[in-house]
Amino acid sequence: MAKYLLRAIALLYLLFLLILPVGLIVWQTFGDGLQNVIDALTSEEAIHAFQVTLQVAIWAVVLNTVFGVGVALLLTRTNFPGKRLLNALIDLPLAVSPVVVGLALILAYGRYSTVGGWLENAGIQVIFSIPGMVLATVFVSLPLVVRAIVPVLEEMGDDQEQAARTLGAGGWQTFRRITLPGIRSALGYGIVLCLARALGEYGAVAVVSGKVVGETQTLTLFVEERYLNYEVPAAFAAATVLALLAVGSLLLTTLLRPKDGN
Amino acid sequence: MSTPVLTQAGAPTGVPASARRRPRVGPGLGLGLAVLYLSLIVLFPLTVVAWKGVEGGAGAFWSAVTTPDSWAALKLTLGASALVAVINVVMGTLIAWVLVRDRFPGKALVDTLIDLPFALPTIVAGLVLLVLYGVKSPLHLNLAYTRAGVVIALLFVTLPFVVRTVQPVLQELDRDMEQAAFSLGAGPWLTFRRIILPNLVPAMVSGAGLAFTRAIAEFGSTVLLSGNLPFKTQVAAVNIFGRIESDDTASAAAVSTALLIVAFAVLIGLDLVQRWGSRRG
Amino acid sequence: MAIEVRGVSKSFGRTPVLKDVSVDIVSGSLTALLGPSGGGKSTLLRVIAGLEVPDAGNVLISGVDATRLSPQRRNVGFVFQHYAAFKHLSVRRNVAFGLEIRKRPKAEIRARVDELLQLVHLEQFADRYPAQLSGGQRQRMALARALAVEPQVLLLDEPFGALDAQVRKELRTWLRRLHDEVHVTTVFVTHDQEEAMDVADEIVVLADGEVKQAGRPQDLYDNPASPFVMSFLGPVTELGGRLVRPHDIDVTAESVEGSTAAVVNRVVHLGFEVRVELTAGDRDVWAQITRGAAGRLGLQPGDTVHLRPVPAAKSLAAADA
Repeated sequence: MAKYLLRAIALLYLLFLLILPVGLIVWQTFGDGLQNVIDALTSEEAIHAFQVTLQVAIWAVVLNTVFGVGVALLLTRTNFPGKRLLNALIDLPLAVSPVVVGLALILAYGRYSTVGGWLENAGIQVIFSIPGMVLATVFVSLPLVVRAIVPVLEEMGDDQEQAARTLGAGGWQTFRRITLPGIRSALGYGIVLCLARALGEYGAVAVVSGKVVGETQTLTLFVEERYLNYEVPAAFAAATVLALLAVGSLLLTTLLRPKDGN
Repeated sequence: MSTPVLTQAGAPTGVPASARRRPRVGPGLGLGLAVLYLSLIVLFPLTVVAWKGVEGGAGAFWSAVTTPDSWAALKLTLGASALVAVINVVMGTLIAWVLVRDRFPGKALVDTLIDLPFALPTIVAGLVLLVLYGVKSPLHLNLAYTRAGVVIALLFVTLPFVVRTVQPVLQELDRDMEQAAFSLGAGPWLTFRRIILPNLVPAMVSGAGLAFTRAIAEFGSTVLLSGNLPFKTQVAAVNIFGRIESDDTASAAAVSTALLIVAFAVLIGLDLVQRWGSRRG
Repeated sequence: MAIEVRGVSKSFGRTPVLKDVSVDIVSGSLTALLGPSGGGKSTLLRVIAGLEVPDAGNVLISGVDATRLSPQRRNVGFVFQHYAAFKHLSVRRNVAFGLEIRKRPKAEIRARVDELLQLVHLEQFADRYPAQLSGGQRQRMALARALAVEPQVLLLDEPFGALDAQVRKELRTWLRRLHDEVHVTTVFVTHDQEEAMDVADEIVVLADGEVKQAGRPQDLYDNPASPFVMSFLGPVTELGGRLVRPHDIDVTAESVEGSTAAVVNRVVHLGFEVRVELTAGDRDVWAQITRGAAGRLGLQPGDTVHLRPVPAAKSLAAADA
């Protein structure tokens, strides 16, 4: 009896907090017919927002993947003073509010900062343009790849790598032929998490982008702007696209997640 | 412990036997690049914020943090986040329990959906909640522009934390322990309270701590649902955003620093709790 | 307190694990449930404890039908293979758990726990946590915890299975002595025939969900009811179409009445015992002889010798396919 009560409580909670809201927006989006959705998503601003989002996300994923693999190897395969500190600092971005991230980047690289001034003189504008948005997105998604592969590297140990070394493989060959295949699905998992986070980042990007419609507007900013301008169908359509991307990435991560006992 | 590789010039005399047997790759250039990347993107900007927040001295910091609207926003944020952490402890543990111990059709799907709040953009989270709990609520439950709306938004974005910290512990929990308690005369409730619960507490605490730090930092999901009414529904992140928009970066930095201090205090506390727990375990 | 198991059957899904099993366990005895893994012995133990409900049949404890009684009302002590230590409680609190549940007075609990910790030689570890104990110490703690509630019967599921060989042997002797002190009806599950013979008053051989034979260790060894029991309880070899214990084979240089010629393949010296591997006809056979006998025969590989069962040897027709 208690079993059914607990199950009912858990499912009702999830229903009202999670499933109904997300389901309702998808339903309302398609309620007015597919044509309206297509129209809303093919407006010039919408297409531009897609492009900006993709551009920023791809940069962030590439940078964090290279950094993530490198740092994960450093943390699991080498010893150096300050390793614990580096390990702790990796998780720092998770504790910082997206708005604070944006503010930090403005203060560090904005036009009126010292560094921002140098960059401005060199003709590089960071804040209120794409580089700043990439920085913001990299910041918020920085730990995801590292944290996905560190446990797998730890579990794998370095026996296989040492065996490869004794068989004459060089550093790069060992990485490509032994290490990389071993962490492949964990890396995929981390990349999908990072991509989902990058596509969906709102707060930090809202601060550093300046929200210039048609220039620095990403999909999430597009959702907000359309909603506040009472263009609800367009906001819902873009939100539904983002929600479907989120669900898709969830399903992908379920496939890629390291399974118990495997 | 330093590796021989770091000391350069390979003086083999000081190399311990264990290090010679298991040569380790030196960090060298890679470490430098990683630290540079982390510094440029995370450490330098955060240091600038903290510096900007306190550069006017303690008095200036304090008066920026305690301007009526910021103070109200901070109080709301901390209060709502604490409430959300407590609700998460109860509901998250209950959901984890059902996911581990119960069997019903569609369980795998529910299990997957738990992570949706992590994957869903926060602005979309706010929008979907507004559809169900806004002015045009089909449930006739209008929470828009209320503190209850803020709490709902924070509950949404923090849902996975306690579930995902408690679930693996519950899965790994030795079922024999419960059977041993049964055979020693304990009923189901007593067994839960005296055997299962104490083993879950560390995970519940760390899940609640993570949910709390996430909740005090939350911005996107509360933007649309809360209406950002100062003194009523404006959370700290939204307050900071308003100050940035009005070019008052100095006081924005002060409030940000206050948030950072609270977050780090919680994380350090969690680390201590975990170390205390693992010493026994 | 006697245990009677009457016609118990139990299936997991479609796999029958116990088939109409009946066992009588005498009050105050120390009984081993012996058999290969998957034979149903652990399930039978869990049925007696109430941790599994049988599909059919009854379990009587001290003459009272306990079949439908929940484990917490049976007053049995159960010791799990992997100890099932309460990780968050100290050794003292682990042992006290059953008494605390029963809301006994604090002073009584303290006295009883001290007494039990002394009995299992853990008095100096009372305030440690299970993680700080060795496997053998954890097992002794689990035993003290089970004994604390003064159970009518004590059930142990492969109690030494997770321990290394040395500790296993020590605990075995110790369990035997403990039983002689406490006299509680005890049933333990094992797949190790040597362990069963060493410790138990009675052995119940269980395989394929059935009781193959039950009795005193020596009776089972000397008068096995089937080739299975014979080979499970000790070494066997086949000579002239019959199963014989290798130490019941006479090896002689000359042919005698009823003997079979065999060629020596290998002679293995294992201290006092010498293991001779031979071929008789087209069959491999081995004999266990003493060092002295081997020396007298001067066995070398390639020698032809003559084998026959000693006069009093127990043998069974080999169940050849």
